Amino acid sequence: MNRVEPNVYELSTPGRPSHRFPDLDVPFAELPDKMLRDHLELPELSELEVTRHFVRLSQLNFGIDTAFYPLGSCTMKYNPKVNEDAARLPGFAHTHPLQDTKVLQGNLALMYTLQEWLAEIGGFAGVSLQPAAGAHGELTGILILRAYHQDRGDPDRKKILVPDSAHGTNPATTTMSGLSVIELPSDKRGNVDLEALRTECDDTVAGLMLTNPNTLGLFEEHVEEVIKLVHDCGGLVYGDGANMNALLGVIRPGDLGFDVLHYNLHKTFSTPHGGGGPGSGPLGVSEALLDYLPGPIVDTVEPGDDDLPPLYGLVMPKKTIGRVKAFHGHFGMHVRAFTYIRSYGKSGMRDIADHAVLNANYLLAALRDTYHVPFDRTCMHEFVLEGRFEKAPGVHALDVSKRLMDWGFHPPTNYFPLIVQEALMIEPTETESKATLDAFIEAMKSIAQEAEDHPEQLQTAPHTTAFGRLDEVQAAKELVLCCRPAELSTAET
Amino acid sequence: MTYIPHTEAERSQMLAAIGVKSLDALYADLPADVRFPDLALPEAASEMEVMEDLQLLAEANLHVRQASCFLGAGAYNHYVPSVVDHILRRNEFYTAYTPYQPEVSQGTLQVIFEFQSLITFLTGMEVANASHYDGATSLAEAAILSLNHHRGKRTKIVLSAGIHPQYREVLRTYLQGQPLAIVGDGSLADDPASHIDENTSMVAVQYPDFFGNILDLEALGRAARDYGALLCVVANPIALGLLKPPSEFGADIVVGEGQPLGIPLSFGGPYIGFFATREEYVRNMAGRLVGETVDSRGQRGYVMTLTPREQHIRRGRATSNICTNQGLMALAVTAYLSTVGRAGLKQVAELCYHKAHYTAQAIDQLDGYELWNRDPFFHEFVVRCSRPVAEINEALLDHDIIGGYDLGQVYPELGEHMLIAVTELNYKEEIDDFVEVLNEQG
Repeated sequence: MNRVEPNVYELSTPGRPSHRFPDLDVPFAELPDKMLRDHLELPELSELEVTRHFVRLSQLNFGIDTAFYPLGSCTMKYNPKVNEDAARLPGFAHTHPLQDTKVLQGNLALMYTLQEWLAEIGGFAGVSLQPAAGAHGELTGILILRAYHQDRGDPDRKKILVPDSAHGTNPATTTMSGLSVIELPSDKRGNVDLEALRTECDDTVAGLMLTNPNTLGLFEEHVEEVIKLVHDCGGLVYGDGANMNALLGVIRPGDLGFDVLHYNLHKTFSTPHGGGGPGSGPLGVSEALLDYLPGPIVDTVEPGDDDLPPLYGLVMPKKTIGRVKAFHGHFGMHVRAFTYIRSYGKSGMRDIADHAVLNANYLLAALRDTYHVPFDRTCMHEFVLEGRFEKAPGVHALDVSKRLMDWGFHPPTNYFPLIVQEALMIEPTETESKATLDAFIEAMKSIAQEAEDHPEQLQTAPHTTAFGRLDEVQAAKELVLCCRPAELSTAET
Repeated sequence: MTYIPHTEAERSQMLAAIGVKSLDALYADLPADVRFPDLALPEAASEMEVMEDLQLLAEANLHVRQASCFLGAGAYNHYVPSVVDHILRRNEFYTAYTPYQPEVSQGTLQVIFEFQSLITFLTGMEVANASHYDGATSLAEAAILSLNHHRGKRTKIVLSAGIHPQYREVLRTYLQGQPLAIVGDGSLADDPASHIDENTSMVAVQYPDFFGNILDLEALGRAARDYGALLCVVANPIALGLLKPPSEFGADIVVGEGQPLGIPLSFGGPYIGFFATREEYVRNMAGRLVGETVDSRGQRGYVMTLTPREQHIRRGRATSNICTNQGLMALAVTAYLSTVGRAGLKQVAELCYHKAHYTAQAIDQLDGYELWNRDPFFHEFVVRCSRPVAEINEALLDHDIIGGYDLGQVYPELGEHMLIAVTELNYKEEIDDFVEVLNEQG
């Protein structure tokens, strides 16, 4: 069955009655004739046509609410529905960012509390909620490192050390900040190679970016030594908090000596991924870096007492690197994360990490004999397998992924981290039940067997989805990025 | 409250399968001295209790539905048709990740493709990407595009003082590590065109500008072209329902805040930055792009394309570190524009325009107030008051009116000047009440 959905321009009919706004209730003002546009190519659809179009499109999508989504490094946990309702309360959803803060004490109290909770969970002295996503938090963090060294009269520290297992955003962020990347190899157990680190540690090091647990899902065994080496040469340590789900209530990065860390509210704290955003990437820092945080941040401007709550205000830290976005960050995501932390509470934090780690190790234990495991240790919240088979050399990790779709599962992350051949990075998260994990194990084992018996079944997968494999080469070669004018003219006649 | 499904029996079975005795045993690699901190967090609560807490916090705010709002300055109170939020609440959309697996992500991919198309036609440009965090960061990314386009050989960025102050601030934050001169916005008297030279990478202006003025950008476009500098226009998308698109002034890049197109105010975020440019710059563009292609069965479909520009492939040499876009907000914009359509967007723009002019004219006639704008304006304008704006706003609040933006906070030369925004949500009666209270406070 052909599942192609026409685009909004193809669905458009000139003159179609659509949404109605109120009639003008004030006199006409003269329009600036020479500044007016003469045509506007927007589609014309009825509300039912719009609704069906987007519902049909949604049905071509796979979400966490559809089925198991073990996409490594993305923490695809359940997004609680109450969070959505909370963010849509009119008192939150319909407040303007530049209103007088005296009439927005609810928003500020929520943000202040979230800053405090995140600081407590990560072991930091302060938090800015402004960054809009993980990569945005990284940029903010590296700019803070840079500003710190500049401020101390040490502007020649330009090197940022990045392990070869890091997310691609780490080196990209470094370049954007005007610093240079030095890549560090991993050792045989998947840790940062200490010898290589020692060689690089000198008075030109601005800092190290460390993801811990790393992207192999492994806790850095020498983390305290790694941090000490960097600190001893005058550098600072940036923590990529993408994998914070494994550490909630288990260990606080600040206690390990991390100086800066970004949290991904859309991973660890259950705010929905939205098909690629909006995210939210608050940044936690140690005492020494507090003054450099991007602002404004929320602080108490008048303390409270038994009868009155404190008065909150927006303040700019003294040596701030500046704003990293307009207004105050992704407030709608702050509400959701607040709701989530409030629901699970103190003891719930560790429950989250425990079950994320339990689920990952359960899958690893069940799959270790079927798939090659490049670094076979107790994993944290995720692990990496190799999607290659000695008896089926023509089958790749991508084929395993596509075949999983026929079993009704979303594939794991492919070809990342780069240091593993044919990587399949699997992160089950804590909200999946044993029954779901068992079904996934069965699928993975059958697919491994099928790779040997019927490799073509994998190489031509998926078979049961609405769409088969897409031609990426043609997309890049022909570069159609917009509904074609031909479709437009049809829509207009 | 918990969303963890494990029973005690399942936990035991799973630990046995792993071969450990307890959950603690899974953390043997972690330094023992700092393990299992006692967190100072509240105890867990039921959904019912949590929602009561949130309700109390939300009720401690004054929101724009309880008042008349004349505040804009980069975030605008517009009507969002009901259907938009119903579409956003489709689970398959909001619980999906970035569409890395196109066979099971055609919904998200086609939405982004349609979003790119709508933005392309609205701005009059040739290509648009899948979005940025907000208007401010899309301006910063435009500057980075221009620097890359000139291969780092040009080191000057010219900004008009009429660009949103926070956008200019964000651009400066982003580029603080680069050896650049960022000039042109020292005072309102500064003419951006006078700063353009052969070292200028980009000149940027806002349209309508921060004060609502609809400026003819033709001469500035020519000046930029003469020196080979890229012209970036920060545009209000509702205004583009009525006004000439920036492409007609020779814009090379059009960016802006998409919030007015179907996204609630939400105290400043999440919003969405849009970014459109000429096809020749597509390979220097940051962010995600979705392109049309076919699948193995010959069906038309979509994939993320030109990914070699991006961080996960090119790492340190990527055009930007951007990873997440504003996927769900792009869906809101696409649903909004599809719903209101060609006629609806024009109607909203006209309602804003006429109501703003009605308001401005009425205030201009009051003693103690004077309309400051000399050029045509769109839905925002400036009035000179004869008292501090903060005091007037305080009095307005007593009448449940959210007054305009106090320009003196960021423009020293505009002390006692208020920036007022009027949208389709402001009925005539509330405009008249607003003018009445201003009159009392004059």
